[in-house]
Parts: sequence; C-alpha cells; structure tokens
Amino acid sequence: MTVRALFAEDMLLGRLFTGIGRSPKAVVAAVVCIILLFAAVIGPYLTPQNPFDLAVLDILDSKLPPGSQSMDGMNYWLGTDGQGRDMFSAMIYGLRTSLGVGVFSGLVALIVGTVLGLIAAYFGGRIDTLIMRVVDLMLGFPTILVALMLLALLGQGLWKVIFALILVQWATFARAVRSAALVEKNKDYVEAAVTLGIGTPRILIGHILPNCLPPLIVIGMLQVANAISAEATLSFLGIGLPITEPSLGLLIANGYQLLMSGEYWISVYPGVLLLVLVFSINIVGDRLREVLNPRLGER
Amino acid sequence: MTVFVIRRFLQSIAVLILTAVIVFIGIYAIGDPAEMLIAPDASPAERAQVVASLGLDKPLWEQFFTFAWNALHGDLGRSFVFNRPSISLIFERLPATLELTLTGLVFALLLGIPLGLLSGLKPNSATDEVIMTGSIFGFSLPSFWQGMMLIMIFSVWLGWLPSTGRGQMGEFLGLHSSLFTLDGLTHLILPAINLSLFKLSLVIRLTRTGVRETMPLDFVKFARAKGISERRIVFVHVFKNILIPLITVIGLELGSMLAFAVVTETIFAWPGIGKLLIDSIMRLDRPVVVAYLLVIVSLFIFINFVVDVLYSLVDPRVRLGGAQ
Repeated sequence: MTVRALFAEDMLLGRLFTGIGRSPKAVVAAVVCIILLFAAVIGPYLTPQNPFDLAVLDILDSKLPPGSQSMDGMNYWLGTDGQGRDMFSAMIYGLRTSLGVGVFSGLVALIVGTVLGLIAAYFGGRIDTLIMRVVDLMLGFPTILVALMLLALLGQGLWKVIFALILVQWATFARAVRSAALVEKNKDYVEAAVTLGIGTPRILIGHILPNCLPPLIVIGMLQVANAISAEATLSFLGIGLPITEPSLGLLIANGYQLLMSGEYWISVYPGVLLLVLVFSINIVGDRLREVLNPRLGER
Repeated sequence: MTVFVIRRFLQSIAVLILTAVIVFIGIYAIGDPAEMLIAPDASPAERAQVVASLGLDKPLWEQFFTFAWNALHGDLGRSFVFNRPSISLIFERLPATLELTLTGLVFALLLGIPLGLLSGLKPNSATDEVIMTGSIFGFSLPSFWQGMMLIMIFSVWLGWLPSTGRGQMGEFLGLHSSLFTLDGLTHLILPAINLSLFKLSLVIRLTRTGVRETMPLDFVKFARAKGISERRIVFVHVFKNILIPLITVIGLELGSMLAFAVVTETIFAWPGIGKLLIDSIMRLDRPVVVAYLLVIVSLFIFINFVVDVLYSLVDPRVRLGGAQ
C-alpha cells in the first residue's frame, strides 16, 4: 500500500514540477512564494529590529520617509510608522501572522473537508445527503458574510478569526473530495481492496485519498490565498485580529488615515507585500489547475 | 414546477429560521445583555427586577420565541446609540447600498463581457494571456487595499474625484439617488469601481469559458457553413448560450456584492448598511447588528430563491433533478 501511494504521489509531484516549469510566469510566482515563506519562517533573524520590543522603538523616529536614518544610525529603508517602528521589520512580522493564519486555517479546513467528503462519497445514502446539505448551505453564503456574522457575534481574536476561516472553507474541500472520490470508488482497484478484506479506513486513506489529491492541491493553494485575503479584509475592518497580533491587513489599516496626509509608505508597502503574496499564490494555483485538471473550477 | 417552487421555498424558510437561531444564540448566550443594560451600582433587588422585566429569567427557548415573535412583527429591538428601532435604521440606509451594488454590477458586466469575449475568441494569444493574468491580479487584489489605492491616486494625487460620502442626491420618479446629479455621480464612480473589480474577474472568466465551450459546437459550424457573418455568430448565437450561466452566477454574486459592500462602504464612508454594521459593531450596538444580519440573510435567501426558480424555468434539468 505504502509503495503504491508513494508511487502515485511521485508521479503527481513529477506532474506538478514539469507543469510549473513550462510556464515562466508560474516559475517566477513559485520562486516568490518560496522566498516569502522562507522570509516568514526565519523572520526574526532577518529583521533589523523587533518591532514589538518597545525598548528599541523611539517615538522621535516616527513617520520617517523611506530611506531615512534613525538617531543611532540605523537605516529605515521602507520608512517608519506612527510609533517609530521600522516598516520592513513590521512587515516581515505581519507576513508571519498573515501566512500563519492563512496556511493553518487552510490546512485544518482541508483535513476537515477531506474527511467529511470521503465519508460522504464512500458511505452514500443518508450520511451523504446530510453532509452535502450542510455543504450546499455553507457554499450558498458568501465567505465574507459568514465571517462577518461570526466575528460580529464572537468579537475579535486570533483563534476566532481562524475558526471563522475554517468554517467558511471546509465545504469547498468537502465538495471537491466527494466528487473525486465518487469517481474513484467504483474503480476496480477499490473493489479489489475490498475483496482482499482491507479495512474501510485504510481503503479510504491509503487507496482512494491519494487519487483525490490533484484537485485538493489546487483548491488548497487557492483557498490559502483566499484565507490570507479574507483575514486581511477582516482585520482592516477592525473585526479580525486584535492589535497585539498585527497582520499585514492591520498594518495597512494603521496607515490608512495617514495616507491622506501623504505618508503613503505606512500602508502602501504592506499592501504591496500582501498583493505580491496573494497574487503569486494564485498564479501558481491557477497554473496547477491547468496542469492537473483542465475542467476543475470551470463552470 | 409548483412542487419545486414550494420545496425550494420551504428550504429557504428553514435556512432563515436556522440563521435566526444562530444569531439569537450568538447574541444572547455569549454576552449577558443585563451586564450592558443595568448600572453597575444597582442593588440585587433592582437587578432582579430589570432581569424579570426583560424576560431574561425565562428559559432560553421561551426567550427565543419572544424574539422571533417580535422579529416577525418587524421589531428587532431599539438601537442603543440612536434610540430608534434598529430595523428602520437599516431600511433607511438600504437604498444607498443597493445603488452602489447595482452600479458596481453594471460596471462589471459592461467591462467583463467584452474582455471575456476578446480573450475567449483568441485563446492562448497574447491578448488572452494579458487579460487572464489581469483577472488573476483582479481577484488577488484585496478589495480594501484596491479601494485605498483608488483614493490615493484619484482623490489625493490627481484630485479628480471625491473620496467620501454620497454627494448630492437628486430625485427622479420619487426615487432619491446619487445617480441623478453630477455631484452624486462623481461620488459614486470610485466606490462602484472598487466593488466591481472583484466581480469583473469572475465575469471575464465565465464569459471566456462559455465562449471556448460554445465555439466548437455543431451549430456554430453550421452557421458558418450557411455563410452567416462571424460577427453575427458571436454576438447573436454564441452570446445567447453564454448568457444562461452568466445570469445565474451573477444573480448569486449580487448577494455576495451586498456583503462585500461592507468593505467598500467603510473605505469610502458611503452611508449604507455595511458602514452601519461596522460602526455598530464598534459601538457594541447589538440590536442593529442583529437587524443587519437578519435583513441581509433574508435578502440573500430571497435572491437565491429567485435565481433558483428562474434557473429551473430556463433549464428543466434542474427541477427534474430536484424531484428525484
């Protein structure tokens, strides 16, 4: 089982790499994604200051334009914000929060959706009807409306935002996995596995799931991009993350009022970073969709 | 057909009830309204009296029925901030939101359909590549940031268009709207573009897919064989076929635009219900939040219902599938 699953994944990986490699646009986007992910992971070692260590901040350095020097000779290449924080450092920390929230909620939603989708497809009948009813209900409402409703009721908070993002995303995964698994379930290899007396969980995870991976990878990429964007929007509106966990969205919101008075860098640079992040994930995701399943997501 | 409509209608009602229950539990179970309404120095006796007068000592299901009963009579509580019925606050601002949403939708269609046609008729050409990459860019651009950039470029740097408010409103056939005065129109342009950009990408993609799927079909070949001009084939025959999925999706997206108007209205200080919601959340004005959620969900369910019924009229397979 393991050998076969690995083999299937190996073929899949091969298709992924050649697929991306053939499109120069996707290669650039993939490299950008990797650089940003890397920057987020090693963030604290990359930034010239810790933007949340009040001891290193100097209010006299506030709202300095890009390229200015601080009192003690440090260069603020991207300027400073209203509290005298180095924008570059704040952005790297914001990137960590944004990517963390997006990837984590995307992954949990993927797991929840996959499990429910597999169960619905494999067992069929009442369970299927029940799960798909809930899926239809969830997909019938726009993401932002459900998230707004939840956060309006629950209030701000990191885990509340993550919870809201999982709740609005799992249904997409469940639907995709179910339709892929429905096709797989009737193939000979599943029948063979059943005849061999292999247990249901093992058939689902070891045999059917690997064959449902292509649409999952594509939707996973696009959903992470969506989640990052949704979190930024909610934080910008002031109902997402609290001020103690500044994501890119919050950084942009902080600079919003200053935009009018010409201090553009405080919200424009985090905005550019957010845009580059979401755009490159979407480009890679879109390319993967073309490579793995040309019809997926097209109605 | 009647059966389909009735079944669909009952489903809508069920979803509405479910939403009301969730909103009710969310509002009343998570935060204690007594904490907010009673003065901190009130004696236990006074406190008990207020709790009893508000019916907060009753079991939760009984409170829910009181809430639902009042809601059915159009009473969703009074706003703490405005001291007016919250439902009338919502309906006062709804026209501004609808005006913005519909203008945004028209923008998205007027730009999106031609671009989608252009890209679908010449797939994999340079034009197609540019339009498709542009559309990914369009939905990657977070709506709020794109709005800020519009303000920065057109209001702050160029000074061409105003960035906040609704401007002067004109009256036409008894309707008050910014659409009827020049000042109102200049105020409407930026928010409408902001709201439409996200949907623009969707319209482009749908049109492109539709064109690509329809062009190889036999009736197109037949029309060509008959000697009908390419222009007529595209704009009459193919166009009719791509319109069906487009209409459905647009109907559904109207609801999501209404929800997304929250973001646009916040950025451009547009006095609609979305701005009211955010302001009310900030001021802990719960009756208004409840009223907003129930009204917008009802509106959304209504739109979905209408779209489904219209769709089943256009495509009989939908209602046959539902009847099984």
